[in-house]
Amino acid sequence: MSNNEVVWLILLLPLAAFFVNGFIALFTSYKNSKFSGYLNVTAIGVSFILSLYLAIIGLDKNFDYQSASFQWISFGIFEITMAIMLDELTLIMISVVTAISFLIQIYSLSYMEHDDGYSRYFSYMGLFTTSMLGLVTARNLIQLFIFWELVGATSYLLIGFWYKKQSAIKAAKKAFLMTRVGDFGLIAGILLIAKQGSQYLDITQFYLGIQSGLFSESLIFIVGLLIVIGAIGKSTQFPLHNWLPDAMEGPTPVSALLHSATMVTAGVFIIGRIYPAIGYSENLGLIISYVGAFTLIFAASMAIVSNDIKKVLAYSSISQLGYMFLALGVGSYGAAILHLFAHAWFKALLFLGAGSVGHAVHTFDMKLMGGMRNKMKKTYLTMLVGTISLIGIFPLSGFWSKDEILIGVKSESTFLLVIALIGVVMTAFYMTRMMAMTFFGDFKGGHDNIKYDDIHESPNLMTIPMIILAIPSVIIGVIFSSPIDLGFIEKHAMVSFLDHNKLVFPNYEYHEFKFDIMIASVSTILALIGISFSILNFKKYKFNINFLNKLISNKYYLDYLYETLITEKLFYKYFSKLFSVVEEKLIDNFSYKLTASLRWMSNKISVSQNGQLQLQSITFVLGFLIILISYLVYLGAGG
Amino acid sequence: MTLSNLILLSWIIFFIGLYGSLTKKSAVLVVISLELMFNAVALNFVAFSRFAPGGLIGSTDIANVLSGQVMAIFIIAIGAAEAALALSIVIAMYKEKNTIEFSETIEIREKDVD
Repeated sequence: MSNNEVVWLILLLPLAAFFVNGFIALFTSYKNSKFSGYLNVTAIGVSFILSLYLAIIGLDKNFDYQSASFQWISFGIFEITMAIMLDELTLIMISVVTAISFLIQIYSLSYMEHDDGYSRYFSYMGLFTTSMLGLVTARNLIQLFIFWELVGATSYLLIGFWYKKQSAIKAAKKAFLMTRVGDFGLIAGILLIAKQGSQYLDITQFYLGIQSGLFSESLIFIVGLLIVIGAIGKSTQFPLHNWLPDAMEGPTPVSALLHSATMVTAGVFIIGRIYPAIGYSENLGLIISYVGAFTLIFAASMAIVSNDIKKVLAYSSISQLGYMFLALGVGSYGAAILHLFAHAWFKALLFLGAGSVGHAVHTFDMKLMGGMRNKMKKTYLTMLVGTISLIGIFPLSGFWSKDEILIGVKSESTFLLVIALIGVVMTAFYMTRMMAMTFFGDFKGGHDNIKYDDIHESPNLMTIPMIILAIPSVIIGVIFSSPIDLGFIEKHAMVSFLDHNKLVFPNYEYHEFKFDIMIASVSTILALIGISFSILNFKKYKFNINFLNKLISNKYYLDYLYETLITEKLFYKYFSKLFSVVEEKLIDNFSYKLTASLRWMSNKISVSQNGQLQLQSITFVLGFLIILISYLVYLGAGG
Repeated sequence: MTLSNLILLSWIIFFIGLYGSLTKKSAVLVVISLELMFNAVALNFVAFSRFAPGGLIGSTDIANVLSGQVMAIFIIAIGAAEAALALSIVIAMYKEKNTIEFSETIEIREKDVD
């Protein structure tokens, strides 16, 4: 098989599963047949193996793969091509997406077991996997945009999966509409590129255009900014962040796959895709890094007070995505993607753990949990691994990726470094708090007063994926970001792998990677401070600053601002009032007046149509006279 | 006596007939008005035949110059036939509607709008 066929197979297998499962869900009576789940596991499993194969042959530095592009849409000189792009970034993304998707399909086999929409669920999952893979392999920006929207649509379907729940419907709509605000920026940016010439829609041509100085700096800035707005919407950065906590209404495996590991990283991915643009416009990098820095603190503060285990994790995802934005903004492309890569595993693991806990006590409210470590050993231990990894304790993977980011930030700005370090403390604090509230202390009764003795560990199908995910959460950092040469893999493997991308960095020069022992020790100490402060807080002191607590637990009133003030007050009340006035007074009134005047005229004219022979003869005579006179006038005018 | 005087007379008679046919209620008066219009036209024919260049005065081509008069005779004949027809319609109308006024016989009128 050629590489081309392998990529197509990777893309089409989950799609085939989607069609088969969709058919089962729609037209047959086997709406929760086990077959759907196994089909998805098989299809995505094969995709995963093929992606792994590509990634391994892609490790070779001379790997240079460009598929033939074929013409897709053509209007005269405006041509849109379609092609597959397999650069270093894509190879990493397809491996992560297929691997995590595969494990989550296995987890879902058991988690969704008693759900009515079993086949429907797996068909959506298949569609999502295809769309996400299509997004990361697209070489044309229009092609990318289509998959980008498909990913958004499947996110909508999966958040609103339990469509009988009002809150789920609301959350799905909110997620869809808020990402749409960002998508508007993205399509505007893409169209602006298309305006320069349709060939630049091809990403490789776009790189060449930027690198050969075809575009002015202000144009690159505007295009980049618009695309970054799209990324902000998808990657839930401030101010378009508050759809993600609500998206937790969906099934937990969905949150694990879409809303932490893969879909929300699409924003980081697309900034990585247009990365050369950031190199050519300094302000753009500045904006991205400040958005990321603000979001990481902002989301972490909300994670600290949230009492819903999934929402803590959701805010944590937003915060970690903020780190990635920060890294991209300061020019640490490799570090951002490394963090994306490492984060995907342990965050998926944590979500699956949260699902396992929720499965046992029928709620995600941490106030009703507690003391579960004795009952759910496997869940507890795997989640502990994920938590330590996320906090960034040596030598787990989160430590290494965060370290790369901190080194990158340090070389750019001390202020941003301080913010990133504050973020480390906060991360340690909220994650420890989450673990403590869930697994330590006394059991608080669960959703419907379950007896403590009745709590049992989740079935193997759920715990095995978690155990598998725990392994990369531990070792990935050491392998891919090791400060020393390990023999089978070079040092700082992933960052140097990404730096070898000839398209993004045509003037690649080897530079020595530094492992900064200062940064590493400071961040570790700060993380330990955060952990111990959190444990103290859990055991003895309940710090409670009323005003602040209220502000934060109301999500800084941003939901209030968006939903009540902007949507209800501004749009429903004033905007729609304005439009109703315009409609009633202007449009309706105009048509009323128009019909009234026509009716008046026809009334006047209809008098002549009264069947009076003589009256009709008069109109005939008058008409004849008019023709005659005008003819005479015409003759008199010399015609 | 000149051509223009005759044509003016013909106009006057024609418009008296037209006016009568459009305004009179009685069907008999309308028929009389129609006859007036016929005769105005016939007068026109005769006048042109008599005074137009190459007309009766000073011409030897009798067959050609008499065509106006012949046409007038035709019109009188048709007018007589038409009068008979019209009067029979009036009689039929009287039998049917018991009136000979047009305004009373409207049947195709639409209902008033509004």
